[in-house]
Amino acid sequence: MSDALIWTVIALLAVGTFGLRFSFLGLIGNRPLPEWLLRHLRYTAVAVIPGLMAPRVLTLDPATGLPDPALLAAVALTLTIGLWTRNAVWAMLGGVTMLVVSVLV
Amino acid sequence: MTDRPSAPARRAYWQGLRDGGPFLLIIGPFGMVFGVVATEAGLSVVQTLAFSVAVIAGAAQLTALQLMTENAPTVIVLLTALAVNARMAMYSASLTPHLGAAPLWQRAVVAYLMVDQAYATAYLRFEREPGMSVGAKLGYYLGVITLVAPCWYLGTLAGALLGEAIPPSIPISAAVPITFLALVGPMLRTLAHVVAALVSVVGTLALGFLPYSLGLLAAAVLAMMAGAAVETRVARWREGAR
Repeated sequence: MSDALIWTVIALLAVGTFGLRFSFLGLIGNRPLPEWLLRHLRYTAVAVIPGLMAPRVLTLDPATGLPDPALLAAVALTLTIGLWTRNAVWAMLGGVTMLVVSVLV
Repeated sequence: MTDRPSAPARRAYWQGLRDGGPFLLIIGPFGMVFGVVATEAGLSVVQTLAFSVAVIAGAAQLTALQLMTENAPTVIVLLTALAVNARMAMYSASLTPHLGAAPLWQRAVVAYLMVDQAYATAYLRFEREPGMSVGAKLGYYLGVITLVAPCWYLGTLAGALLGEAIPPSIPISAAVPITFLALVGPMLRTLAHVVAALVSVVGTLALGFLPYSLGLLAAAVLAMMAGAAVETRVARWREGAR
């Protein structure tokens, strides 16, 4: 990889990523959005993040043909605490603790 | 907009700072992973740090790096990494009703600092407290990101400098889904949210064969449609039951 290539990728990726992030927020600003669109946008976070993480959580271990049980257990605990306490911090600490414990055991 | 932030905006900022704090447990180590991988791929320390500062998007950065080491054409490297980041345009749209009234330069700052964890944390808070002013929402967002972004830069730098001194047995990458999914539990407030989340998971897995993470984007659109449809049905059903 040449230096020029690396800097080119960094620069173009920075510009492109900023463009994606700025798109709606920057260009629409304070203009009102139609109600049907707002109704869809309310579900953006729950429509992206579970899908983004599902392949990572459910990656099959080539040795067993199953997902990593320690990770599955930690994810289940994280979701349960999150649903129960409605508190993301407790959910995260619970999940990470579970993961650390399963690595140590 | 006044020059000095209002009292609610300042309170919101400190609350955001507290709520963003726990992410440091993951962002720092994840930044180190990128730093190690990037320097191993042949990037200098300066290039590695510049990459994280300019782009601040771990998944896209790792994707680009992977393709670069495979000598993929530069156009493919860029398109694939940008497709991984295309969800940011969706986040941008969903923040517009909340932060669209802020001045342009402040919206540009929020755009530069738009990362998954900050977006999801802030969105959760905005939904819970509909009465927040634009100033308070902005303060909260900046509070969440205040420690997260520098931690990403410093983690990257540490990884680039320490390199192979970090033992590979520490499974940092496994903790990444935990930080994301910790935000999802509290978001599942209604049947519509639960349906949207399920469609997102099933859709992404079913469309996993599509290249450039297009499956994720298609599934997200389907999930948003499902959530909106359930919301409409439930509202109509409640009207009828009255």
